[in-house]
Amino acid sequence: MTDIALDPRALDNSGDDPTRRSPLVVGGNDFSTVTEKVCGILETPRPPKAWYVAFAISAAFTGVLGAMVTYLIATGVGVWGVMIPVAWGYAIINFVFWVGIGHAGTLISAILFLFRQRWRTAINRFAEAMTIFAVICAGLFPGIHVGRAWFAYWMFPIPNQMNMWPNFRSPLLWDVFAVSTYFTVSLMFWYVGLIPDLATVRDRATSRVRQVIYGLLSLGWRGSSRHWQHYERAYLILAALATPLVLSVHSVVSFDFAVAIVPGWHSTIFPPYFVAGAIFSGFAMVVTLAVPARAFFGLEDLITVRHLENMNRIILATGMMVGYAYATEFFIAWYSGSMYEGFTFINRATGPYAWAYWTMVSCNVIAPQVFWFKKARTTPWIMFIAAIFVNIGMWFERFVIVVSSLSRDYLPTAWGYYRPTIVDILTLAGSFGLFFTLFLLFIRYVPMIAMAELKGVMPAAHPHREEREDEGKEHVRRPAMEEA
Amino acid sequence: MAEEPARTRGGDDLYGLLAEFDTVDKLMHAARAVRDAGYRRWDTYSPFPVHGIEGAMGLRDTRLPWLVLAGGLAGCGGGLLMQWWMNAKNYPFVIAGKPLFSLPANIPVAFELTILLASISAVAGIFILNDLPRYYHPTFRSERFRRVTTDRFFVCVEAADPKFDVAGTEKLLRSLGATQVERLES
Repeated sequence: MTDIALDPRALDNSGDDPTRRSPLVVGGNDFSTVTEKVCGILETPRPPKAWYVAFAISAAFTGVLGAMVTYLIATGVGVWGVMIPVAWGYAIINFVFWVGIGHAGTLISAILFLFRQRWRTAINRFAEAMTIFAVICAGLFPGIHVGRAWFAYWMFPIPNQMNMWPNFRSPLLWDVFAVSTYFTVSLMFWYVGLIPDLATVRDRATSRVRQVIYGLLSLGWRGSSRHWQHYERAYLILAALATPLVLSVHSVVSFDFAVAIVPGWHSTIFPPYFVAGAIFSGFAMVVTLAVPARAFFGLEDLITVRHLENMNRIILATGMMVGYAYATEFFIAWYSGSMYEGFTFINRATGPYAWAYWTMVSCNVIAPQVFWFKKARTTPWIMFIAAIFVNIGMWFERFVIVVSSLSRDYLPTAWGYYRPTIVDILTLAGSFGLFFTLFLLFIRYVPMIAMAELKGVMPAAHPHREEREDEGKEHVRRPAMEEA
Repeated sequence: MAEEPARTRGGDDLYGLLAEFDTVDKLMHAARAVRDAGYRRWDTYSPFPVHGIEGAMGLRDTRLPWLVLAGGLAGCGGGLLMQWWMNAKNYPFVIAGKPLFSLPANIPVAFELTILLASISAVAGIFILNDLPRYYHPTFRSERFRRVTTDRFFVCVEAADPKFDVAGTEKLLRSLGATQVERLES
């Protein structure tokens, strides 16, 4: 480490001076120190103690999840609190919550890539990992909530003993296709990005076991320019495909509600409202994970204050969109003149679930307002707390949508009050356990920062002008892109 | 090639010459010089994609997007065909008196399958066009080459290249600022 890294001003690259580009990597790092820092995390024989503690807790909760799912399948969905009129409870809330978390990973890896937001490179790897783990948690719930989980394969167009096919005109089936495509594409995108970095780990491996495992996973990658050419094009195309995909996934999830005629669900605002909420909650989860990860593993030079600040700005912007959607829902409920719609929204704010509604509003609309202040955007502990609030608020948003509408349907005789059981609550807690277990394994065994990409945005990666003479059009458009 | 003297080709088990460079600029310069010297069977290696190296090496544009287009069209067409066959033909499914097959209701699944197959084609394209996985390559014999995934840049000219000549090629690579030139066995 040079003395630049010890100078606190050198670490602050969050400046807004438009005449000067802020560096994406600080602390006087070069190509080899980036590799050292990132690979060092998975090459130390022992991770920090905090890792063991976190892993033990997460693994215990994963065990709870396994126990709850086993109990559910062995007994039946009666162990949950779902009861007519509220036949959709925690399972669907958790599903929507976890799918939403995943969206930030794809936004960072695909959409920001297309927009040439190069700051994404330090955080895209673990945001993508977060996406995959969140979608795994999400995918669990539709599988177990069907009642007879052993028939879950009926969701797919696979020949079965009834000789029937799924109904392709149902949003619930669109969901099956959207989420499984989303998972597959996210996994491929992540793995493609990982190949060069796995090769780095392979080349640095000192033990035979590591050489073989990372060698197999890296497919014999050797950094050939002929390979990079196909690789970069494929990566760009995957980003271009993942962008409409991610927007479609939460839109399709919102159709599950919007296509129904339940008051409070039957609304055209749902697709954009759900997508904005998904990105909002996902970025909050990235901040929740990034703040401790960079502190524990000493990655402040790579995941810089500027990265955190940019994410907090996105949280603020999407939080405002979500708040605007809440207001619009109320306006439309009044403007539609439908007494059921009007009642639903008055009931949300003042009825039996008002506590959930106001938890949602405080966490999602009020809490992110701290990000108007630069101090909050650049101070890790403040943003960590605000992000936790957003995580809670977004879970409650789905709770409010699902439960408050179902519990107060058209007929007062069919009204009810939904209470989760302990099994519901432990299953939710267990899904967090699964998520964090996978995440902790990831940061221990996989390079959590995309080294090859990060090196590509460092100043030393760019040929000087005299070496770029005969590139034709490349040469003309490069200067604008490369420092962005 | 049997008539050529083994001296210039450097022996039967020679795969090629591997030259190491320490900066991107030197790599770009070397790539351009090797291209201009008329070599065909050679490659450059770097820890990250170097922008403009395709031009410096004189590479053709990749055909990968065509594979993706084919995958996407197959996904879209196959998705629509599957939905029509399953819900309207093989087992006509009457739901609330709606048409058995109508585009609006069948777009989401067709869209998802378009994306899915196009993405799979893009990834398959990397594997096929790059000939991966490939667990043995002569460059892996070099200790020094292990730094190609960290911070070093390499040019490798194959002995199979018609213009290859051990002494001459080595001289060219050294003149381009290579820090090391080593012989690779195949």
